[in-house]
Amino acid sequence: MWCEMPSLSRRRLLGTAGALFAWAYMPRFAFAAGGRDARFACIVLRGALDGLAAVAPVGDPDYPGLHGDLALLPDGPVPALPLDGFFALHPAMPTFARLYGAKQAVVVHAVATPYRERSHFDGQDVLESGEPRPGRAESGWLNRLAASLPPGEAVARRGCLGVGAMAPLIARGPAPAMGWAPATLPRAGEDLAGRLLDLYAARDPLLARALAQGLETDRLASSQGMGAEVMRARGGPDNPQGMRQIAEGAARLIAAADGPRIAALAFEGWDTHAREGGATGRLAQLLGGLDGAIAALEEGLRPCWKDTVVMIVTEFGRTARINGTAGTDHGTGTVAFLVGGAVNGGRVVADWPGLKPAALYEGRDLRPTADLRAVAKGVLADLFGVSAATLAERVFPESAAVAPMRGLVA
Amino acid sequence: MALERDAALAVLGLNRFGLGPRPGDLARMGADIRDVLAAEVRRRAVPQPEGPDLLTGVEAFRAWRAEEDLQRLARMGPGAAGRMAAEAGARPESLRIGGMEPNKPTGPIALGAGPPVPQRLYRAEAAARLSVGVESGTGFAERLTLFWSNHFCVSAAKGGHLRTLAGAFEREAIRPHVFGRFADMLLAVARHPAMLIYLDNQESIGPNSPAGRRRGRGLNENLAREILELHTLGVDGGYGQEDVTSLARIITGWTVAYDDKRGAQGRFTFNANLHEPGDHAVLGVSHREGGAEQGEQALLALARHPATARHVARKLARHFIADEPPPKLVERLTRTFRDSDGDLAALSLALVEAPEAWVPEAHKLRLPYEFLVAALRTTGRKVEAPPLLAALAGMGQPLWTPSGPNGFPDTVAAWVSPEGVKARLDVAAALGRQAAGGPSPPDLVDAVLGAACSRETRQAVARAESRAQAVALLLMSPEFQRR
Repeated sequence: MWCEMPSLSRRRLLGTAGALFAWAYMPRFAFAAGGRDARFACIVLRGALDGLAAVAPVGDPDYPGLHGDLALLPDGPVPALPLDGFFALHPAMPTFARLYGAKQAVVVHAVATPYRERSHFDGQDVLESGEPRPGRAESGWLNRLAASLPPGEAVARRGCLGVGAMAPLIARGPAPAMGWAPATLPRAGEDLAGRLLDLYAARDPLLARALAQGLETDRLASSQGMGAEVMRARGGPDNPQGMRQIAEGAARLIAAADGPRIAALAFEGWDTHAREGGATGRLAQLLGGLDGAIAALEEGLRPCWKDTVVMIVTEFGRTARINGTAGTDHGTGTVAFLVGGAVNGGRVVADWPGLKPAALYEGRDLRPTADLRAVAKGVLADLFGVSAATLAERVFPESAAVAPMRGLVA
Repeated sequence: MALERDAALAVLGLNRFGLGPRPGDLARMGADIRDVLAAEVRRRAVPQPEGPDLLTGVEAFRAWRAEEDLQRLARMGPGAAGRMAAEAGARPESLRIGGMEPNKPTGPIALGAGPPVPQRLYRAEAAARLSVGVESGTGFAERLTLFWSNHFCVSAAKGGHLRTLAGAFEREAIRPHVFGRFADMLLAVARHPAMLIYLDNQESIGPNSPAGRRRGRGLNENLAREILELHTLGVDGGYGQEDVTSLARIITGWTVAYDDKRGAQGRFTFNANLHEPGDHAVLGVSHREGGAEQGEQALLALARHPATARHVARKLARHFIADEPPPKLVERLTRTFRDSDGDLAALSLALVEAPEAWVPEAHKLRLPYEFLVAALRTTGRKVEAPPLLAALAGMGQPLWTPSGPNGFPDTVAAWVSPEGVKARLDVAAALGRQAAGGPSPPDLVDAVLGAACSRETRQAVARAESRAQAVALLLMSPEFQRR
């Protein structure tokens, strides 16, 4: 008989999982920098955002000539939203503009990772791995942040949420990772999941870890009223509705008292080689999606918004000049956004290099004057109290020379 | 004993290089699996998806254009067709369904009924492709097709044209060359309308070409960059920005015909009016001015470049063997590629004949698409595109829709995500529920996992509370997931 053994009880199965993943049962500590139970989300814009289109240097006399028909105008049928007189925001981002006005948003301009070539994929690897150069992409800096904090703290305990069926590199690594995506399939039964977890526990630690973390996220999602039957996918990560929904889900999970504290999201479609559009058009739609995602994060994180920082980054910028097809090719310097109740905002941080031909990087791109790692390190130091040494060695290896940009967090 | 060893090797070979054994395959397998795979390469038989609804790329493009025209007319209101025809002269030509001869009134596809052309063709292509995978013997040629299709990927998310063309692109530019020459595949890909549209080359204009001077428009370097970075040399292949720009100039004029002069609509066209004049150097090799041939010369030189051999060899070994493949294997494949002038049959043969390729440890995880096809081969469920497409999307590998031109990732770390594994479980549960009839679950374990199956997996399947659960556990077992 092949079914003589009584099947293992559900309780026992969960016990096995629990023993493997003791982090889920760590005692809770009151936590953090200044007693703050902070939340941090990083949105990666894949494909390279045109920073000069998102936040336009309307005060730079060389800008209109370079960005041509794509240039934003302070007046005109769809005027750019004024920020500080020199820079203006893309009109598709009213939520960001409102938060900027409320001193909860910062733009960092002319910023770049240490990567200076123009491959998306190496560029994203550097951006997400936090390494100084491509070629080392085993883990991401957000995950290593969680792994480097003391095990009792909320961030380390709950690990890092990576949204999407494929976890973004930034969220992969040694620390526990949770995974979530808007549902496209009916969920498998609990009993089946428990049995499989037991089999994996006996045979395959890697699969066991992934499944246990996936099931843990499921449990959390259900308890937040967003089970598979509620959160049906409304669009992909390159679609404004999809972006908004992904942000809604992530917000609910990291807002939960027993949820993860840090999350990584990735939106796609920013590689605007052709017909990029200016105040309206293709990029405007995407920026509108991003703005909707910001609104969804603000809404979903309302109880802890005052302790939240959302960082929005991309692998590099695009050419300052528009190309032959009303778009832009791969470039270097671009923008990063910070938004959240914990942001010391209402300003554009930029050591503006200018757009004269001689000022352009390699004669074609916005020259970077700030290191994106300095921005991230500054936020993490102020928000989570991470030490300079940890930031310089573990989170962003070999970055001791890159000083954290302080004062970005209120 | 020898027989048992042969059987274990057969499971390993069918999983690592193929799409997994179907029930009965292992029992039927007379010869050594290595000979079976080698024979498949020597026959150079690559399966071609078939079906009454499949169109050639040209027909598909025309059907898409015709539908776009009809939709535009509908938006413009009554009488618009006449006005448009009067304005455009030859316009009714493109309105003819599928652009076929007038005496073929039905054409290859009927417009105005059912779902839009892109969706209909995408589903038909999906069903045909999945069926080829389910029905193929070992699945080795199909796995190679999947590899090359991902190496030279396009994305259906770019728009209706790409959703319409993605399947035809694979059938026309990839499959004919899977056991042919790399250079031929590269040329077929770079000249296919799907790729020209996907990476924007159809719009790239030489700044000093007649059209560039007149219209003040210019280069788009997207395709040129990805040819160097992804398709040939690899990102460390030693090229710089000036090579990207130079190659972009060389391939200006490589475009797709939108109008139907001389029946060209939907075909690759070299438009001299858009082509940047002059000699241009890539990696120090100057390519003389000479229309479309200049680009062909440049691509042939790239196909033969040693960096290309290494890039392709490493990617192939990484796909089939391990994320960090044994350097000696990569070295041997590189040499085979170079010595054979990029003969992909020789390369495939070198792969299955490599001793490193037969280590018993399964270092790789099946990609979602491979998992789905292997599961269909196991359960015998019939292919039906919409739910299977949803399953692929849920597992993170929506068909012909990678998030960038580098294709879907090919490392274990990218795919063992919490959400990804959970989604596989959901798919396995659904397939389990639909698997009625057929062999009993323990027999299915023997037929599909063979002697290599662990005691724990056997027990888990045997103790399942239902047939559905047993099948789902079999499909999710480490032995089934890994290869």
